[in-house]
Order: sequence, then structure tokens, then C-alpha cells
Amino acid sequence: MLSRESDATLLNAVTAFIYREARFQDEHQYEAWEALWTDDGVYWVPANGVDIDPEKEMSIIYDNRSRIALRVRQLMTGKHHTQSPQSRLRRLVSNIELLDRQPGGDISVASNSMIFESSLRDDTVWAARNEYRLRHVDGELRMAYKKVVLVNNEKALFTLSFLI
Amino acid sequence: MNVMPRASQWKELIRADRVHGSLYSDPAIFEAELQNIWYRTWVYVGHESEVPNANDYVVKSIGPQSVIMTRDEQGRVNLLLNRCSHRGNQVCSYDRGNARSFTCPFHSWTFANDGRLVGYAFPDGYEGQDKSQLALGRVTRVESYRGFVFGSFAAEGPTLKEHLGGAAETIDRLVRTSPEGEVEITAGFLKHRVKANWKFILENECDGYHPAFVHSSIFGVADSAIGKLYGGASTALTRDYGGGHTEIDLRPEFRKRDAPMSWFGTTAERLPDYAARMNAAYGDKAAREIMIDGTPHVMIFPNLFIAEIQMFVIQPLAVDDSVQHVTALQFKSAPDLNRRLRQQTMGSVGPAGFLLADDSEMYERCHRGVLARNPEWIYLGRGEKRERTDEHGYKVGHVTDEIPSRGIWRHYRELMEAR
Ligand code: FES
Ligand SMILES: [Fe+2]
Repeated sequence: MLSRESDATLLNAVTAFIYREARFQDEHQYEAWEALWTDDGVYWVPANGVDIDPEKEMSIIYDNRSRIALRVRQLMTGKHHTQSPQSRLRRLVSNIELLDRQPGGDISVASNSMIFESSLRDDTVWAARNEYRLRHVDGELRMAYKKVVLVNNEKALFTLSFLI
Repeated sequence: MNVMPRASQWKELIRADRVHGSLYSDPAIFEAELQNIWYRTWVYVGHESEVPNANDYVVKSIGPQSVIMTRDEQGRVNLLLNRCSHRGNQVCSYDRGNARSFTCPFHSWTFANDGRLVGYAFPDGYEGQDKSQLALGRVTRVESYRGFVFGSFAAEGPTLKEHLGGAAETIDRLVRTSPEGEVEITAGFLKHRVKANWKFILENECDGYHPAFVHSSIFGVADSAIGKLYGGASTALTRDYGGGHTEIDLRPEFRKRDAPMSWFGTTAERLPDYAARMNAAYGDKAAREIMIDGTPHVMIFPNLFIAEIQMFVIQPLAVDDSVQHVTALQFKSAPDLNRRLRQQTMGSVGPAGFLLADDSEMYERCHRGVLARNPEWIYLGRGEKRERTDEHGYKVGHVTDEIPSRGIWRHYRELMEAR
């Protein structure tokens, strides 16, 4: 068990990590964002609820590490029309909490986010519950898993082509 | 305010090689389409595999209207309108479930899952009332073809088989890709909303002219052989079946490749279970042919699009507001294939899909574009001079030609002129 103090230190490090991730996403720093992932990373945005089985049902995003790389490469071409021009984004991340320790030593973290997107179509507000598994790799935190549950994921959604 | 368009107006708005921009943007025309297309012709609603057991239900739609597809105790599929016959409340507020009856939350009238009114709260006060006059509304005619359930609000008119015409054969081609000859819709839907008229989606589904440009960002980075199917040198065809049904026929390209499962970007060796089951079901020779030809790319007018590995259902909500419901096709008894079908579908379609996100951007920009007054027309003449008739009497042209759009509009005009 971690002491209260080291919990606080860990929470600080985790919070800094999540804020940095948010900035990379808002500012379309795709390569920097991709570098936050571990080699076995999984990026999951479920549809139709919180706990569908992504191995059986459709998800909005269900990327393994190589598909994360493909997503980034498509964005980097500059020819992904839905991101040309790029969405203007700002997100607020809050309610960051450390959850139970994972067996392999991964750190479980949850947060909420509210994202304002301004695109050619219109201005759109997105809200989500995020769950992470973070891991220390070479002294740095990395994402091994990120699940983004959009509050309205059961409804028809407008195009979501930025990094959420 | 909105004046219904006159019958004579349609021939002024729809010509052989061009259509007027207002067809996509005029709210009065949208209202007329609801009456003459969505509430009259055959519209795809759902698949029988979505309600496999007695009393299963799933909420679907016809245009803006909510429709409950139920399987009653007798095993019959019903399409009920989600509108209480008392004061109009929606009787069903869950997307799916299993229920013998629906009890309206407002005053507790209860309807059996075949639509019959079976009871009202405080029955005194209803003396002498004939309950059969107060059933839930139904979609007038319900028919299914190989598990695909269609509904029509018109009491009379062509049968589903007549409506599908030559395009029925594309559905046959789809289901025979399953070792058991059956498709299942079991993976749940992604619902992708766009601020665009539904006909931009309809026409885009069989527009083989755009992929090279709209999807170049993904073709450039993924090692995909899809791009070449839609190039200038491709031997793939566009086809107009009549009835508004249109196809991109990729078989000429797949037959040139002569490699089973190449249509899906893989090989039979990588799907050994599937290939073995296909061989057992159809015999080696026929199975090989089926696995070379692959599944169709067909748009069944007005709302069912089968895109090789996916199914899309187009839903118009308003003149400038539409939803595409998309899911991976699943083939009965083909688990190894099905997993890949789901993974590829999740990658390519839905709000964050590598392909569909860019298509949606095009529909929305087209929609904003046609609000500009000049030029008033949309030009659809590509390939007009080189179209020909195939051995079955259908118009065909090069994969990049606008035969599908011209076919859609010809049929559209007939429907809209009919009173
Ligand atoms: S509105 Fe349904 S019971 Fe009254
Ligand atoms: Fe497309």
C-alpha cells in the first residue's frame, strides 16, 4: 500500500500527465500524443452505453496500438478533410481520481472532460467520463489504456474526428 | 406557409443530366418526399435476426417516425407505430428488450406486442367501446426478403419482390457469402448524424467518382487495395437496376485478381474455418467463385445500403438533418470472418471512422453549398455518352460514371409525380 503522501505525489504526477495529454489533443500535436502510448495501448470509445463488449459490438473507436498509429498517420496527411481545417478545441478535465491499483502495477485513473469543438459545421459540446490505465515506462508515465465514455453515446452523434 | 409542389414542377426540377439545387434544401420538398416516398414505398426497417425470440422488440424508424419492430408470440414480425392511441404518448422508451405488451406510461393503456389494445386503466367510462378500433397504428404492409424486413404505409402497390426487381439478386449474392446462407445483424449500431439532406448520402453510396479524392488520406497511409477499384483504369461498373436501386459492381476487378477473399483484403488461408465451411456448404468450385466475387455494393432505394462488409440505413429527420445507422454485417456460422468484419467496420465507419468522417464532411459542405443561388443546378452528366445496356437490360457504365445518380433521380421523379 502507498502512504497518503505518496498517493498525493502520484496524483500530482497523474494530473500533470492528463493535462499534458489534453493540451496535445487540443493543439493537434499528434506525434507527441502518440508518444504517450505504451506499445500495447488500447484506445476505446464505446457506443450505446458504458459497458458493451467491444469484441462483440460496435464501438465508435476501438483501436489497438497499430490502429492508433494509423489514426495519427491519417491526421498527419493534412488531407483528412474532416480535419482540414482543423477543429478548434478546448477541453476542461476535472474530477481526477486514483482508483484501485491494478494487478500488473498499472495505475487506474478516472476523470471527466468537457470539450468545446468549433468546426466548419458548427460549435459542438462533448462530455465524457474517461478511464485510464497508466504505467511507468523508463521513469515516465504512459497510457496503456484509455476509455472515453461519451455521455450521449446512445444518440446519433455528429462526426468526431479529433482526438477525444 | 409551405406550398406543396405541383406535379408539373418535378419535370422542371429534374432533367436527364441535372437536378435543381432546391431539391436538397426546400422544406416543402422534404414534406412532399415524406408523403410520396417514405410513407408510400417500401422502406427497409430492420432485420429478423434483431428480434430472434418470441416477444423480442427493437425500436426502429421510418423517416422521423419511431417504429417498434416486434416478434409476437406466434413468431410473426410486426411494425407498430410508437404512438399511443389514447393521447399520443410514446408507448416504448427503450431501444430494445423482450416484452409481451407495452403499457403506456401516461394513463396506463396496455397494448399486446401485435398492436392490439388489451386493457385500459379504470375501464368504467369506456362502456360499449370497441377496443379493436383503438389498436396501435401499424405499418400497413410488412414483408421480408431473406431476413431483411421492409414496411410500406401504402395499402396497395407493388409487392416487395416487385419493388426490389433486379436488385433482389444483390441480396442473394450477399447471403450466399454465409456458409448457411444467412446474414445476422447482431453487432449493434453506430448512429452518425449529419447536417445534410438525406439524398446527398443516398447518391454518395454509389458514387464511384469520389473515393480517390475524398479518401486519399486513408488510402495513402493504410496499405489498402480499395483505392485502385475506383481509379480511371478500373474495370468495375456502375449499374442502374431501375426502381432507384443502384450498384457499384466490383466483380470484374475481383475476377481479374482471381484470389478468394481478395474482396475483403485477405486470403482464404487466413480464414481457414470460414473457407472450410464454405467449401462444405457449396462445394469447392462454387465456394471459390463466391469467395472471389465477394459481397455486393448496392443501394436499395431509398434507405438500405449494403457496402460489402457493412450495412447502412439512412434516416431523414428534416430537410437538413439525417442519420446514418451503421453496423458490421455478420454471417451465420462464420466467427473468424465476423470478428474481422467488426474490426474493419469499426475502423472505417461511424462518427470517428477513417472513411465515413470524410464522406460526412462532403455531404455537409454540399448542403451548405447548394444554398448558394448560382449556378442553380447540380450537374450529373458524367458518362452519359458512354453508358450502355448489359445482358440483363440494366444501364451500366464505368465505376466513376454518374449512372446511379441519374437512375435515382429518374425514379424519384416518377414517385413525386404520382398523386
Ligand atoms: S396517452 Fe397513452 S394511455 Fe393516455
Ligand atoms: Fe466515400
